[in-house]
Amino acid sequence: MKGLRGLAWLLIFQSIGELVSRGFSLPLPGPVVGLVLLLVALRFAIVREPVGDCAQFLLSHLSLLFIPVGVGVMTHLALLSEYGGRMLLVIVLSTWIGLAVTALVLYGLPRRRAGPAAEAPSGSAGATGASDDTR
Amino acid sequence: MPRFVELWIYLSATPLFGLTATLVVYIVAQALYARLDNAPWANPVMWSVVAIAGGLLATGVDYPTYFAGAQFIHFLLGPAVVALAWPLWLRRAELRRRLARVLLASLLGGAAASLSALGLAWALGLPHDVVLSLAPKSVTAPVAMGIAEKIGGIPALSAVFAVLTGMVGALSGKYLFDLLRIGTTSEGWAARGFALGTAAHGIGAARALHVNADAGAYAGLALGLQVVLAALLMPLVFRLLQAI
Repeated sequence: MKGLRGLAWLLIFQSIGELVSRGFSLPLPGPVVGLVLLLVALRFAIVREPVGDCAQFLLSHLSLLFIPVGVGVMTHLALLSEYGGRMLLVIVLSTWIGLAVTALVLYGLPRRRAGPAAEAPSGSAGATGASDDTR
Repeated sequence: MPRFVELWIYLSATPLFGLTATLVVYIVAQALYARLDNAPWANPVMWSVVAIAGGLLATGVDYPTYFAGAQFIHFLLGPAVVALAWPLWLRRAELRRRLARVLLASLLGGAAASLSALGLAWALGLPHDVVLSLAPKSVTAPVAMGIAEKIGGIPALSAVFAVLTGMVGALSGKYLFDLLRIGTTSEGWAARGFALGTAAHGIGAARALHVNADAGAYAGLALGLQVVLAALLMPLVFRLLQAI
Protein backbone atom coordinates (compact mmCIF):
# COMPACT_ATOMS: atom_id res chain seq x y z
CA MET A 1 0.00 0.00 0.00
CA LYS A 2 2.88 2.32 0.83
CA GLY A 3 4.42 1.55 -2.55
CA LEU A 4 1.14 2.34 -4.28
CA ARG A 5 0.80 5.62 -2.41
CA GLY A 6 4.34 6.46 -3.43
CA LEU A 7 3.56 5.76 -7.09
CA ALA A 8 0.42 7.88 -6.80
CA TRP A 9 2.50 10.81 -5.51
CA LEU A 10 5.01 10.42 -8.34
CA LEU A 11 2.19 10.41 -10.90
CA ILE A 12 0.50 13.39 -9.24
CA PHE A 13 3.71 15.41 -9.37
CA GLN A 14 4.34 14.35 -12.97
CA SER A 15 0.81 15.47 -13.87
CA ILE A 16 1.23 18.82 -12.14
CA GLY A 17 4.58 19.12 -13.89
CA GLU A 18 2.98 18.49 -17.30
CA LEU A 19 0.27 21.05 -16.58
CA VAL A 20 2.73 23.70 -15.41
CA SER A 21 5.15 22.99 -18.27
CA ARG A 22 2.46 23.24 -20.96
CA GLY A 23 0.40 25.91 -19.27
CA PHE A 24 3.32 28.32 -19.02
CA SER A 25 5.08 26.85 -22.11
CA LEU A 26 8.28 26.31 -20.10
CA PRO A 27 11.40 24.90 -21.76
CA LEU A 28 11.46 22.16 -19.07
CA PRO A 29 9.68 18.84 -19.83
CA GLY A 30 6.79 17.94 -17.50
CA PRO A 31 8.59 15.22 -15.50
CA VAL A 32 11.49 17.60 -14.80
CA VAL A 33 9.10 20.22 -13.42
CA GLY A 34 7.56 17.39 -11.38
CA LEU A 35 11.03 16.52 -10.05
CA VAL A 36 11.62 20.10 -8.87
CA LEU A 37 8.16 20.35 -7.27
CA LEU A 38 8.56 16.99 -5.55
CA LEU A 39 11.94 18.07 -4.21
CA VAL A 40 10.20 20.98 -2.49
CA ALA A 41 7.33 18.79 -1.25
CA LEU A 42 9.63 16.12 0.24
CA ARG A 43 9.91 18.20 3.41
CA PHE A 44 6.40 16.98 4.28
CA ALA A 45 6.28 13.51 5.84
CA ILE A 46 3.00 12.63 4.15
CA VAL A 47 4.81 12.83 0.78
CA ARG A 48 8.27 11.76 1.90
CA GLU A 49 7.45 8.46 3.58
CA PRO A 50 5.59 6.71 0.75
CA VAL A 51 7.72 8.26 -2.01
CA GLY A 52 11.01 7.00 -0.56
CA ASP A 53 10.26 3.30 -1.02
CA CYS A 54 8.71 3.70 -4.43
CA ALA A 55 11.48 5.95 -5.75
CA GLN A 56 14.15 3.56 -4.53
CA PHE A 57 12.40 0.66 -6.24
CA LEU A 58 11.92 2.49 -9.54
CA LEU A 59 15.46 3.84 -9.61
CA SER A 60 17.02 0.47 -8.79
CA HIS A 61 15.37 -0.94 -11.92
CA LEU A 62 16.11 2.06 -14.07
CA SER A 63 17.93 -0.06 -16.64
CA LEU A 64 14.77 -2.05 -17.38
CA LEU A 65 12.94 1.12 -18.36
CA PHE A 66 15.39 1.86 -21.19
CA ILE A 67 14.90 -1.43 -23.00
CA PRO A 68 11.76 -0.51 -25.02
CA VAL A 69 13.47 2.62 -26.38
CA GLY A 70 16.70 0.72 -26.92
CA VAL A 71 14.96 -1.93 -29.02
CA GLY A 72 13.88 1.00 -31.21
CA VAL A 73 17.40 0.86 -32.67
CA MET A 74 15.98 -1.77 -35.01
CA THR A 75 13.79 0.84 -36.74
CA HIS A 76 16.85 2.90 -37.66
CA LEU A 77 18.89 0.09 -39.18
CA ALA A 78 19.05 1.84 -42.58
CA LEU A 79 20.45 5.01 -41.03
CA LEU A 80 22.79 2.94 -38.89
CA SER A 81 24.15 0.93 -41.81
CA GLU A 82 24.82 4.14 -43.73
CA TYR A 83 26.37 6.23 -40.94
CA GLY A 84 26.75 3.59 -38.21
CA GLY A 85 30.54 3.67 -37.99
CA ARG A 86 30.76 7.44 -37.79
CA MET A 87 27.82 7.75 -35.37
CA LEU A 88 29.35 5.16 -33.09
CA LEU A 89 32.70 6.95 -33.19
CA VAL A 90 31.02 10.23 -32.23
CA ILE A 91 29.06 8.59 -29.41
CA VAL A 92 32.05 6.74 -27.95
CA LEU A 93 34.47 9.69 -28.08
CA SER A 94 32.03 12.29 -26.78
CA THR A 95 30.94 10.00 -23.95
CA TRP A 96 34.55 9.52 -22.88
CA ILE A 97 35.15 13.27 -23.06
CA GLY A 98 32.04 13.91 -20.94
CA LEU A 99 32.98 11.26 -18.38
CA ALA A 100 36.57 12.49 -18.10
CA VAL A 101 35.69 16.17 -17.75
CA THR A 102 33.00 15.53 -15.12
CA ALA A 103 35.12 13.16 -13.04
CA LEU A 104 38.18 15.40 -13.15
CA VAL A 105 36.26 18.57 -12.24
CA LEU A 106 34.73 16.85 -9.23
CA TYR A 107 37.78 14.88 -8.17
CA GLY A 108 40.14 17.80 -8.62
CA LEU A 109 42.58 18.13 -11.47
CA PRO A 110 45.91 18.95 -9.80
CA ARG A 111 45.32 16.52 -7.00
CA ARG A 112 45.98 17.93 -3.56
CA ARG A 113 46.68 14.83 -1.53
CA ALA A 114 44.48 14.93 1.54
CA GLY A 115 44.68 11.24 2.20
CA PRO A 116 41.50 9.24 2.66
CA ALA A 117 39.48 12.15 4.01
CA ALA A 118 37.36 11.60 7.08
CA GLU A 119 33.79 10.77 6.17
CA ALA A 120 30.99 13.17 6.97
CA PRO A 121 28.14 11.91 4.82
CA SER A 122 25.42 14.23 6.05
CA GLY A 123 24.68 17.00 8.46
CA SER A 124 27.49 19.29 9.63
CA ALA A 125 26.96 21.43 6.57
CA GLY A 126 29.72 23.94 6.98
CA ALA A 127 29.49 27.01 4.79
CA THR A 128 32.66 26.02 2.98
CA GLY A 129 32.95 26.95 -0.66
CA ALA A 130 33.91 24.45 -3.30
CA SER A 131 37.44 25.76 -3.61
CA ASP A 132 38.67 24.48 -0.28
CA ASP A 133 36.64 21.31 -0.45
CA THR A 134 38.72 18.30 -1.36
CA ARG A 135 36.20 15.58 -0.68
CA MET B 1 2.49 -27.15 -36.90
CA PRO B 2 0.21 -24.66 -38.73
CA ARG B 3 -1.75 -24.49 -35.48
CA PHE B 4 1.39 -23.42 -33.64
CA VAL B 5 2.15 -20.76 -36.22
CA GLU B 6 -1.39 -19.44 -35.88
CA LEU B 7 -1.09 -19.27 -32.11
CA TRP B 8 2.25 -17.48 -32.37
CA ILE B 9 0.79 -14.92 -34.75
CA TYR B 10 -2.02 -14.31 -32.29
CA LEU B 11 0.21 -14.03 -29.21
CA SER B 12 2.90 -11.91 -30.83
CA ALA B 13 0.28 -9.35 -31.84
CA THR B 14 -1.09 -8.80 -28.32
CA PRO B 15 0.41 -6.24 -25.91
CA LEU B 16 0.95 -9.15 -23.52
CA PHE B 17 3.81 -10.35 -25.71
CA GLY B 18 5.92 -7.19 -25.69
CA LEU B 19 5.49 -6.68 -21.97
CA THR B 20 6.28 -10.28 -21.04
CA ALA B 21 9.25 -10.53 -23.40
CA THR B 22 10.81 -7.32 -22.04
CA LEU B 23 10.41 -8.33 -18.42
CA VAL B 24 11.56 -11.94 -18.83
CA VAL B 25 14.57 -11.10 -21.01
CA TYR B 26 15.62 -8.37 -18.56
CA ILE B 27 15.36 -10.69 -15.55
CA VAL B 28 17.47 -13.32 -17.29
CA ALA B 29 20.04 -10.72 -18.43
CA GLN B 30 20.16 -9.27 -14.92
CA ALA B 31 20.73 -12.73 -13.41
CA LEU B 32 23.56 -13.44 -15.85
CA TYR B 33 25.08 -10.02 -15.08
CA ALA B 34 25.06 -10.83 -11.36
CA ARG B 35 26.48 -14.32 -12.05
CA LEU B 36 29.33 -12.71 -14.01
CA ASP B 37 30.23 -10.42 -11.08
CA ASN B 38 28.74 -7.33 -12.74
CA ALA B 39 31.36 -7.42 -15.50
CA PRO B 40 30.93 -4.24 -17.60
CA TRP B 41 30.68 -6.18 -20.89
CA ALA B 42 27.76 -8.21 -19.49
CA ASN B 43 25.59 -5.06 -19.28
CA PRO B 44 21.95 -6.21 -18.95
CA VAL B 45 20.46 -3.34 -21.00
CA MET B 46 22.73 -4.03 -23.93
CA TRP B 47 22.13 -7.77 -24.01
CA SER B 48 18.37 -7.39 -23.47
CA VAL B 49 18.18 -4.97 -26.39
CA VAL B 50 20.28 -7.26 -28.59
CA ALA B 51 18.20 -10.32 -27.66
CA ILE B 52 14.81 -8.66 -28.12
CA ALA B 53 15.67 -6.75 -31.30
CA GLY B 54 17.29 -9.91 -32.71
CA GLY B 55 14.27 -11.98 -31.79
CA LEU B 56 11.85 -9.50 -33.34
CA LEU B 57 13.84 -9.30 -36.56
CA ALA B 58 14.13 -13.08 -36.73
CA THR B 59 10.40 -13.69 -36.20
CA GLY B 60 9.26 -10.75 -38.31
CA VAL B 61 7.36 -8.98 -35.52
CA ASP B 62 7.57 -5.23 -36.14
CA TYR B 63 8.56 -2.61 -33.58
CA PRO B 64 5.13 -0.93 -33.15
CA THR B 65 3.61 -4.33 -32.31
CA TYR B 66 6.30 -4.96 -29.71
CA PHE B 67 5.99 -1.44 -28.35
CA ALA B 68 2.22 -1.84 -27.84
CA GLY B 69 3.19 -4.03 -24.88
CA ALA B 70 6.55 -2.54 -23.94
CA GLN B 71 5.01 0.94 -23.62
CA PHE B 72 3.79 0.01 -20.14
CA ILE B 73 7.41 -0.26 -19.04
CA HIS B 74 8.46 2.73 -21.15
CA PHE B 75 5.77 4.81 -19.46
CA LEU B 76 7.50 4.42 -16.09
CA LEU B 77 10.42 6.55 -17.32
CA GLY B 78 8.31 9.63 -16.54
CA PRO B 79 7.66 8.78 -12.87
CA ALA B 80 11.31 7.63 -12.66
CA VAL B 81 12.48 11.11 -13.68
CA VAL B 82 10.21 12.59 -10.98
CA ALA B 83 11.62 10.04 -8.53
CA LEU B 84 15.11 11.50 -9.08
CA ALA B 85 14.06 14.10 -6.50
CA TRP B 86 14.68 11.37 -3.91
CA PRO B 87 18.48 10.98 -4.25
CA LEU B 88 18.76 14.78 -4.44
CA TRP B 89 16.78 15.07 -1.20
CA LEU B 90 18.82 12.40 0.58
CA ARG B 91 22.08 14.15 -0.23
CA ARG B 92 20.79 17.69 0.22
CA ALA B 93 23.22 18.62 3.02
CA GLU B 94 26.18 17.40 1.01
CA LEU B 95 24.78 19.03 -2.10
CA ARG B 96 24.48 22.37 -0.35
CA ARG B 97 28.04 22.09 0.96
CA ARG B 98 29.58 21.21 -2.40
CA LEU B 99 27.11 23.11 -4.53
CA ALA B 100 29.58 25.17 -6.55
CA ARG B 101 31.85 22.25 -7.39
CA VAL B 102 28.98 19.88 -8.13
CA LEU B 103 27.19 22.39 -10.38
CA LEU B 104 30.43 23.15 -12.18
CA ALA B 105 31.13 19.45 -12.78
CA SER B 106 27.60 18.89 -14.05
CA LEU B 107 27.67 21.93 -16.34
CA LEU B 108 31.16 21.42 -17.75
CA GLY B 109 30.74 17.66 -18.11
CA GLY B 110 27.39 17.99 -19.82
CA ALA B 111 28.64 20.77 -22.09
CA ALA B 112 31.79 18.83 -22.97
CA ALA B 113 29.78 15.71 -23.90
CA SER B 114 27.26 17.65 -25.95
CA LEU B 115 29.65 20.03 -27.71
CA SER B 116 32.19 17.32 -28.53
CA ALA B 117 29.37 15.22 -30.03
CA LEU B 118 28.18 18.17 -32.13
CA GLY B 119 31.71 19.06 -33.24
CA LEU B 120 32.73 15.50 -34.12
CA ALA B 121 29.46 14.77 -35.91
CA TRP B 122 29.79 17.96 -37.92
CA ALA B 123 33.44 17.26 -38.74
CA LEU B 124 32.58 13.74 -39.91
CA GLY B 125 29.92 15.12 -42.23
CA LEU B 126 26.81 13.59 -40.70
CA PRO B 127 23.44 14.99 -41.89
CA HIS B 128 22.18 18.10 -40.12
CA ASP B 129 19.22 16.52 -38.32
CA VAL B 130 21.42 13.65 -37.12
CA VAL B 131 23.92 16.17 -35.72
CA LEU B 132 21.15 17.98 -33.83
CA SER B 133 19.77 14.68 -32.55
CA LEU B 134 23.18 13.97 -31.03
CA ALA B 135 23.17 17.12 -28.86
CA PRO B 136 21.04 15.81 -25.96
CA LYS B 137 22.52 12.30 -26.04
CA SER B 138 23.90 12.40 -22.52
CA VAL B 139 20.51 13.27 -21.03
CA THR B 140 18.20 10.46 -19.98
CA ALA B 141 16.10 9.18 -22.93
CA PRO B 142 12.64 10.69 -22.26
CA VAL B 143 14.08 14.13 -21.58
CA ALA B 144 16.48 13.81 -24.53
CA MET B 145 13.46 13.26 -26.78
CA GLY B 146 11.80 16.42 -25.46
CA ILE B 147 14.96 18.45 -26.01
CA ALA B 148 15.49 17.06 -29.54
CA GLU B 149 11.98 18.10 -30.43
CA LYS B 150 12.68 21.64 -29.26
CA ILE B 151 16.02 22.08 -31.06
CA GLY B 152 15.07 20.45 -34.38
CA GLY B 153 16.47 16.94 -34.04
CA ILE B 154 14.67 13.62 -34.50
CA PRO B 155 13.28 12.55 -31.07
CA ALA B 156 13.32 8.80 -31.77
CA LEU B 157 16.92 9.00 -32.95
CA SER B 158 17.93 11.01 -29.89
CA ALA B 159 16.45 8.33 -27.66
CA VAL B 160 18.51 5.69 -29.46
CA PHE B 161 21.67 7.82 -29.17
CA ALA B 162 20.96 8.32 -25.47
CA VAL B 163 20.64 4.58 -24.90
CA LEU B 164 23.86 3.91 -26.86
CA THR B 165 25.66 6.63 -24.88
CA GLY B 166 24.49 5.07 -21.64
CA MET B 167 25.80 1.69 -22.72
CA VAL B 168 29.19 3.08 -23.80
CA GLY B 169 29.53 4.78 -20.42
CA ALA B 170 28.46 1.71 -18.47
CA LEU B 171 30.73 -0.57 -20.50
CA SER B 172 33.90 1.51 -20.58
CA GLY B 173 33.64 3.92 -17.63
CA LYS B 174 35.62 1.73 -15.26
CA TYR B 175 38.62 1.49 -17.59
CA LEU B 176 38.58 5.21 -18.35
CA PHE B 177 38.47 6.12 -14.64
CA ASP B 178 41.30 3.69 -13.86
CA LEU B 179 43.31 5.29 -16.66
CA LEU B 180 42.65 8.77 -15.22
CA ARG B 181 43.70 7.50 -11.78
CA ILE B 182 40.38 8.32 -10.17
CA GLY B 183 40.82 6.40 -6.93
CA THR B 184 38.48 3.97 -5.24
CA THR B 185 38.26 5.93 -2.00
CA SER B 186 34.76 7.13 -1.18
CA GLU B 187 35.77 10.41 -2.80
CA GLY B 188 36.88 8.61 -5.94
CA TRP B 189 33.68 6.57 -6.05
CA ALA B 190 31.68 9.76 -5.73
CA ALA B 191 33.49 11.25 -8.74
CA ARG B 192 33.06 8.03 -10.76
CA GLY B 193 29.36 7.84 -9.99
CA PHE B 194 28.79 11.52 -10.64
CA ALA B 195 30.54 11.28 -14.01
CA LEU B 196 28.47 8.23 -15.01
CA GLY B 197 25.24 9.97 -14.06
CA THR B 198 26.25 13.11 -15.95
CA ALA B 199 27.64 11.67 -19.18
CA ALA B 200 25.86 8.30 -19.32
CA HIS B 201 22.55 9.15 -17.58
CA GLY B 202 20.28 6.37 -16.26
CA ILE B 203 22.16 3.42 -17.71
CA GLY B 204 25.44 4.71 -16.30
CA ALA B 205 23.73 5.44 -12.99
CA ALA B 206 22.31 1.90 -12.87
CA ARG B 207 25.83 0.59 -13.36
CA ALA B 208 27.14 2.87 -10.59
CA LEU B 209 24.40 1.67 -8.23
CA HIS B 210 25.43 -1.94 -8.78
CA VAL B 211 29.08 -1.28 -8.08
CA ASN B 212 29.22 1.01 -5.06
CA ALA B 213 26.81 2.83 -2.74
CA ASP B 214 28.67 6.18 -2.86
CA ALA B 215 28.94 5.96 -6.63
CA GLY B 216 25.24 5.13 -6.87
CA ALA B 217 24.12 8.03 -4.70
CA TYR B 218 26.25 10.52 -6.62
CA ALA B 219 25.07 9.07 -9.93
CA GLY B 220 21.45 9.69 -8.93
CA LEU B 221 22.34 13.20 -7.88
CA ALA B 222 24.18 13.84 -11.17
CA LEU B 223 21.27 12.44 -13.15
CA GLY B 224 18.79 14.78 -11.48
CA LEU B 225 21.02 17.82 -11.95
CA GLN B 226 21.85 16.96 -15.55
CA VAL B 227 18.19 16.56 -16.43
CA VAL B 228 17.27 19.96 -14.96
CA LEU B 229 20.29 21.82 -16.35
CA ALA B 230 20.12 20.31 -19.84
CA ALA B 231 16.38 20.77 -20.18
CA LEU B 232 16.74 24.36 -19.03
CA LEU B 233 19.87 25.42 -20.90
CA MET B 234 20.01 23.41 -24.13
CA PRO B 235 16.94 24.92 -25.85
CA LEU B 236 18.07 28.38 -24.71
CA VAL B 237 21.55 27.93 -26.15
CA PHE B 238 20.14 26.72 -29.45
CA ARG B 239 17.71 29.61 -29.62
CA LEU B 240 20.63 32.00 -29.08
CA LEU B 241 22.71 30.25 -31.74
CA GLN B 242 19.88 30.47 -34.22
CA ALA B 243 19.42 34.16 -33.47
CA ILE B 244 23.06 34.90 -34.32
